[in-house]
Amino acid sequence: MIYLDNSATTKPFPEVIDSFVTVATKYFGNPSSLHELGRQAERLLQQSREQIARLLHVKPNEIIFTSGGTEANNMAIKGIALQYKNRGKHIITTAIEHPSVSEPCKQLEELGFDVSYLPVNEKGFITIDDLMKTIRDDTILVSVMHVNNEVGSIQPIKEIGQLLKNYPKIVFHVDNVQGVSKVPLHLYEGRVDLCTMSAHKFHGLRGAGILYIREGIKLSPLLAGGEQEMKVRSGTENVAAIVAMTKALRMSLEMYEEKIHHLMKVKEAWIEQLSAIPDIQLNTPIDHSAPHIINFSLNGLKSEVFVHELAKHNIFVSTTSACSSKKKAPSKTLIAMGAEPKRAESAVRISLSFKNTIEEIPIAIDVMKNAIKKLQEVTR
Amino acid sequence: MERIYLDHAATSPMHPDVVETMVPFMTEIFGNPSSIHFFGRQSRHAIDVARETVAKSIGAKENEIIFTSGGTEADNLALVGVAMANRQKGKHIITTAIEHHAVLHTCHYLEKQGFEVTYLPVDERGKISLEDFQRALRDDTILVSIMFGNNEVGVLQPIKEIGQMLKEHQAFFHTDAVQAYGLIPIDVNELHIDLLSVSAHKINGPKGVGFLYARETVKLIPRLYGGEQERKRRAGTENVAGIVGMAKAVEIARQTMNEKASMYRSFKEKMLGIFEQEGIPYIVNGDENNSLPHVLNVAFPGTNVESMLVNLDLAGIAASSGSACTAGSIDPSHVLVAMFGKESERIRSSVRFSFGLGNTEEQIEKAAYETVKIVRRLTNK
Repeated sequence: MIYLDNSATTKPFPEVIDSFVTVATKYFGNPSSLHELGRQAERLLQQSREQIARLLHVKPNEIIFTSGGTEANNMAIKGIALQYKNRGKHIITTAIEHPSVSEPCKQLEELGFDVSYLPVNEKGFITIDDLMKTIRDDTILVSVMHVNNEVGSIQPIKEIGQLLKNYPKIVFHVDNVQGVSKVPLHLYEGRVDLCTMSAHKFHGLRGAGILYIREGIKLSPLLAGGEQEMKVRSGTENVAAIVAMTKALRMSLEMYEEKIHHLMKVKEAWIEQLSAIPDIQLNTPIDHSAPHIINFSLNGLKSEVFVHELAKHNIFVSTTSACSSKKKAPSKTLIAMGAEPKRAESAVRISLSFKNTIEEIPIAIDVMKNAIKKLQEVTR
Repeated sequence: MERIYLDHAATSPMHPDVVETMVPFMTEIFGNPSSIHFFGRQSRHAIDVARETVAKSIGAKENEIIFTSGGTEADNLALVGVAMANRQKGKHIITTAIEHHAVLHTCHYLEKQGFEVTYLPVDERGKISLEDFQRALRDDTILVSIMFGNNEVGVLQPIKEIGQMLKEHQAFFHTDAVQAYGLIPIDVNELHIDLLSVSAHKINGPKGVGFLYARETVKLIPRLYGGEQERKRRAGTENVAGIVGMAKAVEIARQTMNEKASMYRSFKEKMLGIFEQEGIPYIVNGDENNSLPHVLNVAFPGTNVESMLVNLDLAGIAASSGSACTAGSIDPSHVLVAMFGKESERIRSSVRFSFGLGNTEEQIEKAAYETVKIVRRLTNK
């Protein structure tokens, strides 16, 4: 089996699952309970918060646990919009965000907010110039993803943060779901106010995520109730999944230190071998792209059939982001990059983890070549 | 020291079979259900099967089940979702004074958004009156949210009667069944319930997962936007292991419901019998004949709830003052205040015992005798 769909979801580390099972069975108390079992759960929660804060170089009270990336993005965007709507109703984001950012923005438009979607160039990057021109007196929020989930382009977060230094009233949100443990992001240096992370994208479990909220930033909660998580996110904490996520983050960041060069080499080798196939057009920019995402188009061939053909040989890739892969719509990111529909409709994404190897590449490439040949015969 | 856990209404241990069911969905079948490849399809299939199990358990259709991150999210989605989607029909909502905070605080939020909320009072036994309800119901009422069984005192509300009264009314009927589900049989059609919230970790399932039942005809605006999961009603990659674990817990709950309900009722009798026999002063809060089988809330006159809980904890017994979510605060329980008023001594001397998986008759006996000792010590009798 060659699993190349790590941007959709990753395989949890065995140690992470062990942690989950241990906590879920032995320390099952509700952290809000006053008795010993409750206190044990509360301690585990607090230790997780402290360790995550250390790993991200922020303060423990800046870490809010959520049910995942989608909730964190919704909470950040709608929470800030509703909190500061009296200050202004203008929001800036990009044309290539994940739906969990762009859909809340659309919802806010219906509620009377004005949203500007920054364009990207043919390589998938926004420009600081465009951003500067878009900022208005009534801008309250800028939300830009760190690593694009479809093509892997890395947006200039630090530069955006520098620019926004001059606009202290604008809140800066970064969706870092794809970047965690693959592309470093320093939250303080980047002047990031809010940052979204999702456990299952770094070998943790589904059902847990993080919203970093810089001290002093207020937002209107999405979930009302028992006032857990410093009153920002109600609901009994999923302690086992949070402890498991903490372990996954630590292990992933350690793996980054040890294996980032390996991962870069694997990506380079992939690009080299893919480029040698005549019917393949590379969509991922060579520079400023994440070490684990490679997007290419099949010269108009049906990418969905291609994906299924590969799956028959136990090779797993995807057409576009998993969340929208059921629709046969062309890739939103590629369209924004100016790709013609034919190219945008035939896109395939490979997404790696630190565990993928160079040895897998020729095996997969062979299967891919055959699949392309087969598809060409069918379409002819 | 053997620890005796009598706080199952706060959270419950996972059933070993639930854990076992979940593990393969973390280790092997880890795909994203939205992925079109084999891994994704396997996960998708598991979710479909789980949805069927969950739907069947309340007599619903599969497309009426929305998986959420838990009870709080389900309550928030039901209330805000229905209110926002139906505001052109009216802005009036009816709920009770003794709801869980996931409902109450959401109602406060809706009030700030311009909705008008009636909080029905309860009597000394914790029950609302149908006359009050009838009087509160207006032409512009769009939503009625009344909990099935109360988490602090266990009292059951007249859900069937309310359902009947709302049959011909435009208002949608939501019930927070987080505590009742799994111990009380619920059929949403028989009871005319339009929306119902459930949390897995209260029924020996995992934390971080729950569901909202929303009848096909209910108009609902989502809380989470993004991917098109859960038929566009709840975005976010599905917590497959959690969902599968919950379905297993549902299955077990259905098989063992009657047996557990009668066992927990006998635990209640046992405890109260010992209090009676030992002659300590106590008053049961709520209505013994109309309550959740697993919740027993007792006032011990002359004691203070915090000293009671600390002493019980030292004796290895985990109990609670009320809902776990408010336990951290020193404010008296809003449920007891609604039942007895702010001045009543009972709001400061009541302890909740809640029974569940793993509790035995011996444990209950021991806990009862320990309680007696502590009460005697604290009241110097």
